[in-house]
Amino acid sequence: MKEKLDYIKLASNKPKGKRPYFHQDPAVERVLNITMAVAGELAVMRERMDSIERLLEKKGVVTREDIETFVPENKEQEEQRQTWHAEYIGRVLRIVQQEQEELENPDKDLEEIANDINEM
Amino acid sequence: MSGRNLPPVYNKIAQHAVFPEMNHDERARYNFLANLNKHLAHVSQGNQVAYENRVAPKFKKEHGREIATTSELKEAISKDAHYQMWSSLRRSTMEMRQQAGRSIVLRQAEELRDKARALNAGKDSLILDDEVAVPPYLLACDNHIMPGSYHTELIEDDVTPAANYDTGLFVTTAGLLGRYSDGGGKAIVSWVKKTYPNFNPKRILDIGCGMGHNVLPIAKAFPDAEVIGIDTGAPMLRYAHARAMDLGVTNVKFMQMDAAKTAFEDESFDWVQSTMFFHETGGKSIYKIMDEVHRVLKPGGLTLHIEQPQYTDDMSLFEKFIRDWDALYNNEPYWSKMHVIEPMDLMEASGFKKEDFMQIGAKAENDLDDGSQKADEPEDHGRSPIWNVFGAIKN
Repeated sequence: MKEKLDYIKLASNKPKGKRPYFHQDPAVERVLNITMAVAGELAVMRERMDSIERLLEKKGVVTREDIETFVPENKEQEEQRQTWHAEYIGRVLRIVQQEQEELENPDKDLEEIANDINEM
Repeated sequence: MSGRNLPPVYNKIAQHAVFPEMNHDERARYNFLANLNKHLAHVSQGNQVAYENRVAPKFKKEHGREIATTSELKEAISKDAHYQMWSSLRRSTMEMRQQAGRSIVLRQAEELRDKARALNAGKDSLILDDEVAVPPYLLACDNHIMPGSYHTELIEDDVTPAANYDTGLFVTTAGLLGRYSDGGGKAIVSWVKKTYPNFNPKRILDIGCGMGHNVLPIAKAFPDAEVIGIDTGAPMLRYAHARAMDLGVTNVKFMQMDAAKTAFEDESFDWVQSTMFFHETGGKSIYKIMDEVHRVLKPGGLTLHIEQPQYTDDMSLFEKFIRDWDALYNNEPYWSKMHVIEPMDLMEASGFKKEDFMQIGAKAENDLDDGSQKADEPEDHGRSPIWNVFGAIKN
């Protein structure tokens, strides 16, 4: 079988060109980025809950009790849940991965690149 | 209703056969990001307030004079807390948009490739040439902070760079380019038809066509014309061609070529078009490309280029500075250099005549505009679909 792309890691790659930091302390930038990603995922979850609630209301098939007591019922469900967590963490900790990629493969800053390009 | 100017929901975007499959949460993530972009476009008005009320007075107090250059302005505003927060949020939003798009397309890279292959198989209207090098200005950094830019292939016959671009344009522009992201191409067609009602081009060239979103409205408007889109990015062309096939546009060819050195004969096109292309080239290439436009255009032929506005003397220092924000921090670096070039000088250098030069304004035609897009929307510099169009008739 052909090896699949590691899409979780690849999705959070850094782009070429040094990342700008706008706060004096890069730690602020780092934490802000993680926080915004979490904020985004909360919004995603809220939209999903909204869909579910509207459908449940419309069809009246599932009770609150069913949801409260649910646990994964087989291996496939367990793996689906854990993959979701892995993807989630890759997304939220994007900036940490990108800073590591920058350390491994340092870039020029964009003003320098603009000057280079101006000669191309 | 909230009375807010809300972006359209993501599920309004047009589907086609190579458009990535998206699940509920992926659409929701894009809804969040479109709203965040919209929010930051409003907050960006705060940068001007911070500049006028805090940054400029502080500078004057310290130096006994006004801020005189954009680099002084940059130095001064970069210490301002509001600007710092806005900038880091805007950069973060663009990174999240890339992450979200790539996580959609990379998980289905092979399926997308296979769909494109099926639509492209046996067609002579997709002509790739692996001898065509990616120009150095596109290798210097990843434009739009898209990791891998337009050209990187993670699998054989990859189309994911284009698929990612296709899904996300709607988010970055908050849907203002319409369901097919083709509001630029539609706007230019309307202008040309209105201005030159008897213009009947037989052969049309679109340079830097990318995923073909702006060339398809042109091909549809002139169904008897032979239309050719060129680009150096093979993934973009594969996707563009498959997308055009599925959308039933058959009079357009996609060819892998560098716009600075095409294989076309002299005086072989009636119309040469580019849309948001030149600001992603380089300081020497831009002149070579315009030379090539002049060379391939027939006498009496039309050339038009949709671009960001150049900077004029009456533009405020602040506006010049904030317009450069995307150039430097959303990786479109040549944009920060190109705006000093007068389009007329650029065209004259290639042999177009001053008296044949034209310059107009254009706004995207948006089929999603249901009247809820309010006219008082603040200008989101570099993102709003309000452009400068320059060009000439070759005489």
